[in-house]
Amino acid sequence: MAKEAYITGVGQSEVGVRLPRHPLLLTLDAAREAVAEAGLTFDQIDGVFSFPGKASGYLAFSPIGTDDVIEALGIKSKWQMGAFEQPAQLSAIGMAAWAVKEGICRHVLCFRTVYEAGGMADPAHYMPTPSDTTSGASQWTSPFWATSAACWVAQYAARHMHRYGMTREQLGQIAINGSKNAMLNPRARAITKEELTLEKYMSARLISTPLCLYDCDRFSDASTVIIVSAGDALDEIKCEPIRIAAMSGSVDRYSWDQVEWPAAYDAGRDLWTHTDYTVNDVDIAQFYDGFAFLPITWLEGLGFCEKGEGGKFIEGGTRIARDGELPLNTSGGQLGSGRLHGFGFAHEAVTQLRGNGGDRQIPGDPKVAVATSGGGPLAAALLLTRD
Amino acid sequence: MAPPRPKPKLDQENTPFWTGGADGKLNIIKCSDCGEYTHPPRVLCRHCQSENVAPEAVAGTGVIDTMTVNYQPWAKDLPVPFVIARVALDGVPGVYLTTNIVNSPVEDVKFGDAVRVTFEENDGIFYPLFEKVS
Ligand SMILES: [Zn+2]
Repeated sequence: MAKEAYITGVGQSEVGVRLPRHPLLLTLDAAREAVAEAGLTFDQIDGVFSFPGKASGYLAFSPIGTDDVIEALGIKSKWQMGAFEQPAQLSAIGMAAWAVKEGICRHVLCFRTVYEAGGMADPAHYMPTPSDTTSGASQWTSPFWATSAACWVAQYAARHMHRYGMTREQLGQIAINGSKNAMLNPRARAITKEELTLEKYMSARLISTPLCLYDCDRFSDASTVIIVSAGDALDEIKCEPIRIAAMSGSVDRYSWDQVEWPAAYDAGRDLWTHTDYTVNDVDIAQFYDGFAFLPITWLEGLGFCEKGEGGKFIEGGTRIARDGELPLNTSGGQLGSGRLHGFGFAHEAVTQLRGNGGDRQIPGDPKVAVATSGGGPLAAALLLTRD
Repeated sequence: MAPPRPKPKLDQENTPFWTGGADGKLNIIKCSDCGEYTHPPRVLCRHCQSENVAPEAVAGTGVIDTMTVNYQPWAKDLPVPFVIARVALDGVPGVYLTTNIVNSPVEDVKFGDAVRVTFEENDGIFYPLFEKVS
């Protein structure tokens, strides 16, 4: 059990839109819930990891850094890491797994706090200073009003339709499935008020074809905390540990328009090279759905279906329903339960593997889950097991 | 009035690309050692790491690799809809440009359409837009 890493406590604050609660307090709420579940106290936490670290120039995106958490929670940290330059959001949890496997830390608090809705309501404090020029990667897209990642993902989705015949009716199942699950998730109440129907989906306002309003996640205010513990520290833990059985990441080129295939294909293939488990063992899928097309890249990339067959795989929504062969985004995903930015997928995978899903708990005895994050050139995947 | 396009901040690497239109040139960085192109532009070749690189005026024609019709006004008073496309440049393997397809109704723009560059100048920047080859 040494040299293994486990997710122990998980916690999440209220998820809302323009929450008055300060993002540091949202982080505290999630951290308290996570350490309580693990049976730990803040004294036992000795590492703090995050993605992407504090975004000083754009606090709404990431208002809280690892320094803030160490300072405010009184943590005596041996190692910390908060960085944007990692394969994707869930890589922070992967890095924590490394730290505990190395014996550097015993219990690492990993967190992602977002304040993108509240921040827009308080631009002076939380939004970037307007600039009259664009530089870095955005100079290759924003001069053509490809301003949002919606426009970038839309082009991958459109090409999938053109090449493989994916339809909007098929794509719509991601958001519809998310809304059904979100209706059973008490923490999604501020995001999803009613179940989405195919009729409503098909008549929704278009953002960037083929993506409509329901294909894009919604700015939210929330914090999610995941505690990663060393295999030889489990005697200190009260909850059922969930093993990080494998992890993978991929950044081929840091560019949304120079790559042929999103990085999910490489990261998906690579995940299985680190484990004896196979794609056939997976009971639950929690796939990043900041935009509805992205789970399709993960379905294909991880090998649940052939490249180009993702649309057919989700057709009608029965396969990905809670009682289907591959329950997908059982919390509602980001489309249904808010833009938690990646960490929500690990949180929900652990919740389901422990049977703590309440009204949305999938049937059976799930033992293996895949949680992913990222889109376009960024990708990270975690294989989580109860074994 | 339509808002001005976001303006790239010129630097050593990107200036030939964003100002080449002044001479009607679509400049892409080419390596004189291995012959490959590097885009986005860098001070070295991303294929062989040679420093013998220089902007080369490419044909300025290409095909639409993928595209989206954008309906969301990302800036105040931005006219919609319009086409955002990824153009695969003729003779420049592996290089794509995100751009707009102009001078055609959006419903007439399709995957695989042949297009050519047309520059739109504003404040010293020559934005490489593309139009269908009729
Ligand atoms: Zn070269």
